[in-house]
Amino acid sequence: MPKIIVEVMPKADLLDPAGKAVANSLQRKGHEAIANVRIGKRIELHYDSTPTEADIAAARAIAADFLSNGVIEDVIDVRVEN
Amino acid sequence: MRIGVVTFPGTLDDRDAARAVRLAGGEAVSLWHADANLHEVDAVVLPGGFSFGDYLRCGAIAAQAPVMQSVIDAANGGLPVLGICNGFQVLVEAHLLPGGLIRNEHQHFICRDQKLIVENIDTPFTNQFEMGEEITIPLKNGEGGYIATDETLKRLEGENLIAFRYSEVNPNGSLNDIAGLRNERGNVVGLMPHPEHAVEPGFGPDTSVAMRSGIDGLKFFTSVIKSFAVNA
Repeated sequence: MPKIIVEVMPKADLLDPAGKAVANSLQRKGHEAIANVRIGKRIELHYDSTPTEADIAAARAIAADFLSNGVIEDVIDVRVEN
Repeated sequence: MRIGVVTFPGTLDDRDAARAVRLAGGEAVSLWHADANLHEVDAVVLPGGFSFGDYLRCGAIAAQAPVMQSVIDAANGGLPVLGICNGFQVLVEAHLLPGGLIRNEHQHFICRDQKLIVENIDTPFTNQFEMGEEITIPLKNGEGGYIATDETLKRLEGENLIAFRYSEVNPNGSLNDIAGLRNERGNVVGLMPHPEHAVEPGFGPDTSVAMRSGIDGLKFFTSVIKSFAVNA
């Protein structure tokens, strides 16, 4: 199924509690090489046929004002995957 | 009998679990997530809550805590371990019980007095029940939907590893109405509903006799004390 993949990450300078909790756990397990962990979201938009340029533009708009919150998150990537 | 109750960051029901242990006649011993020492307890309760904020997956980070490595080793050696709600999720993430727990099918957090059927009395936490007995204890969770592969479900059914099933209502979409499991040896039991909230008249579920008089949860704790007395 053709998809548009949207990736959203918490802003770099913002506390990511989930990432921090996982990082602390990994540190305790002895994975000292891992300095930090950040957890974001991968969101798939499924289409019946290959997305058009208009679909991609619409997806970018959806990603910016619905799938992410620009105050706390960045949209890292919007790409087509067939 | 000394029964350890583990506290992780975000655990909520540790005090209730300790109280249930005392009401059943046991000595409750507080265990701390960062302390791998089990302080020579005779059984362990992993209580409910939202350990480590439920980040990553419910119970996933708690399953990596220092105390859990000791609990896993002791459980593999036969120590009775009861996981309640988040504690059940921790047991699953620690691979002491199979399968997984996902968001409730209807996507709502649910809080209700839940009827269960006791499906297995051959464990240290269920020996005071009768086979097929219907009990009522509180249920409160957002991610209590039990899932497992077809192969695992067949094994759970075939080897009588299902400890409790939901009765009348399946509150969260759990496959085969599974509310709780035991391991092959029987010493590890996990369930989503909360026995520790139904141990004292006046504070339990409503019954036909009187409001809040239900104490069906107490038998989980008297069972483990009984099994200890028998084995000692």
